[in-house]
Amino acid sequence: MSKGLFRISPGFEDVMPAEYKELVTNGPYGRDLGVKDLGTFKELIEEHPLCAGCAEALALRLILASLPSPEDTVIVGSTGCSSLLFTQVAVQNIHSLFGNQNAVATGLKRALRLRFPDKVKDVVVIAGDGATVDIGLDMVMQSWFRRELITTIMLDNEVYANTGGQESGMSPQGAVLYMAPLGKKFPKVNLPEIAREAGCAYVATISPALPRRLGKVVRRAILVAREIGPSYVQVFCPCPTNFKWPSAQVLQKIRDRQKEGIFKVREYVSPEAEAYLAGLEVERQHDEQE
Amino acid sequence: MDPEYLFSEAPRRQVFITGSEAVAEAVKRANVDIAIAYPITPQSESMHLVGDLYDQGYLKDYYRGENEFAVMAAVHGASLGGGRVFTATSGPGTLRAMEMFPVWAGSRQPVVCAFMCRGVSLPPSIQPENIEMAMLLDVGMLMFHAEDAQDFLDMILKAYAVAEQPDVHLPVGVFADGFFVTHTRSAVLLPPDDLKLAAYDPRRAPVPTFDMETPPIRLVRDPLLNKSNFISYAANASWHQEIAAAAERARKHIRRYMGGLLEVEDPAAVVFLAASGTAVSQSREAIKVLRAEGIRVGLIKIMSIRPFPVREIEAVTAHADLIVVPEFNIGGWLAREIKAAIDNNRRVVGGPRVFGGMTMPTELIVNEVRNALSRPGTRQPGMRAGI
Repeated sequence: MSKGLFRISPGFEDVMPAEYKELVTNGPYGRDLGVKDLGTFKELIEEHPLCAGCAEALALRLILASLPSPEDTVIVGSTGCSSLLFTQVAVQNIHSLFGNQNAVATGLKRALRLRFPDKVKDVVVIAGDGATVDIGLDMVMQSWFRRELITTIMLDNEVYANTGGQESGMSPQGAVLYMAPLGKKFPKVNLPEIAREAGCAYVATISPALPRRLGKVVRRAILVAREIGPSYVQVFCPCPTNFKWPSAQVLQKIRDRQKEGIFKVREYVSPEAEAYLAGLEVERQHDEQE
Repeated sequence: MDPEYLFSEAPRRQVFITGSEAVAEAVKRANVDIAIAYPITPQSESMHLVGDLYDQGYLKDYYRGENEFAVMAAVHGASLGGGRVFTATSGPGTLRAMEMFPVWAGSRQPVVCAFMCRGVSLPPSIQPENIEMAMLLDVGMLMFHAEDAQDFLDMILKAYAVAEQPDVHLPVGVFADGFFVTHTRSAVLLPPDDLKLAAYDPRRAPVPTFDMETPPIRLVRDPLLNKSNFISYAANASWHQEIAAAAERARKHIRRYMGGLLEVEDPAAVVFLAASGTAVSQSREAIKVLRAEGIRVGLIKIMSIRPFPVREIEAVTAHADLIVVPEFNIGGWLAREIKAAIDNNRRVVGGPRVFGGMTMPTELIVNEVRNALSRPGTRQPGMRAGI
């Protein structure tokens, strides 16, 4: 965005809320910040209505802190818990319908490329597991087949949480949930493998229990989608409310699942994406030396 | 360029083309940024031709989407990003995409979509029929109904001019009865090839463009619409009212660019055929037959279905004894609309209705008028002065 766009009109300084003023004076726009800098700048996310201990809320804080260019990022969301939070996030974001996020993002990205040919506008889809792997899978995969230059991030809380705890394609096999009264009959959908086969140049699975790694993964995914091809990040953040865990134990549960080998941190980078990221790294080191 | 020059003043040349070709001729002059296509009969041919326009450089982007819901979602995204968009669909495609249409209106996007109406299953039909229009009456978009290829071309071009007015900024569906209009050739007057609408300027939009260049960057402080309280319900309701108000504000622009929401022939008549789409053409033929028999019948051609010309119809029919409404669908949505618009609506006879691919022979309309006139108590129109 143009410098100075995010500012307070003269005469309104005293009526603007304190947290908005802080965004203006100490927000992340145009600064090279990341997860390591949390606590030193005003985050894009304001108070949110998600449950105490929500791993998805933590994941979103980390994702938003990791956007390489928040000043030129538009987020496309979908129906679900995260849509309750996005309205007050301080980057423009679209909530259209349940499941159409990758189709909306396709049109948006193409329009922004036409209108701003000399500028990078990152289009990042952030949606839940139901939106990504169930109702929206068609449009998610088709955007990959078409090699749309967008990043898709799935918040895998393993359940339809916002509607009260129904089975999703990402629920663990055997889990007894609404609409799965005898327990889920099939395993978690292996979307990372599907993403790789469907044409994603960068695929990663991560969790908010590994915040710095999550930040790195999100950044790499968005950078790859600028030039090389679509990218996919799957963030493991099971829902404490619907799985009936004490809210303070969520991160421990994630770590336990990782130890048990049920949840694995993985990264796939295509050779082209690898070369591109290495080139960016060289540039960055060169800039730092200067 | 002043759009009115393109619409009505620029010299036109006559060509003999199909309705699908007329759609492409409209898009060619509409300065569209992005068109997105998905195949369905009888719409496909027009979007093939729009694809050719992309190849020739008239459009900046074009692709085949994965289904109609995704296509309507993608044009929504492109419009939110500040692009001028075009797409088209038919019958089952319209229903497949249904969830998106209120979203276009709700987000105040000036999407223009052509609908080449056809039957919807079951039983399967790829034949002309416009029942899908009934299903779209209350999604919030403006709806124009073309009689022929000339209308289809003009209405698509004018749809952009109406849709993009800052005080309207709503989607417009331009409808034509499939096959009858899309697949037949007729004489069409074309504006010059080198004229086109000025580019869409998203800075004139009454809602922010999602490009991180248009404030507000942060939309709200609190998640207003997700809260369960009176203020959130009131905010939601007032937004719906504003969409309805924007459609009302479109009337003056429709009058300016299209000459009115309806056209009337022989306004002094006391018997009228009131129709939209190709039923208008069939009514014109029926009127010739009835006049030869000594029965004077006027014609009300309704061009704008949303907003609906309630006051115009009231005024035109104030002195009428009988209004017969022929339609290409089983539901009779146009007759319902007219009945709801006027006083003493026993004057309205809904029929004939054909569907499932049936044609509407002139005799069917003639017989409907004759039967209605034979109802006890109906005044006989005869041929009064002026004919």
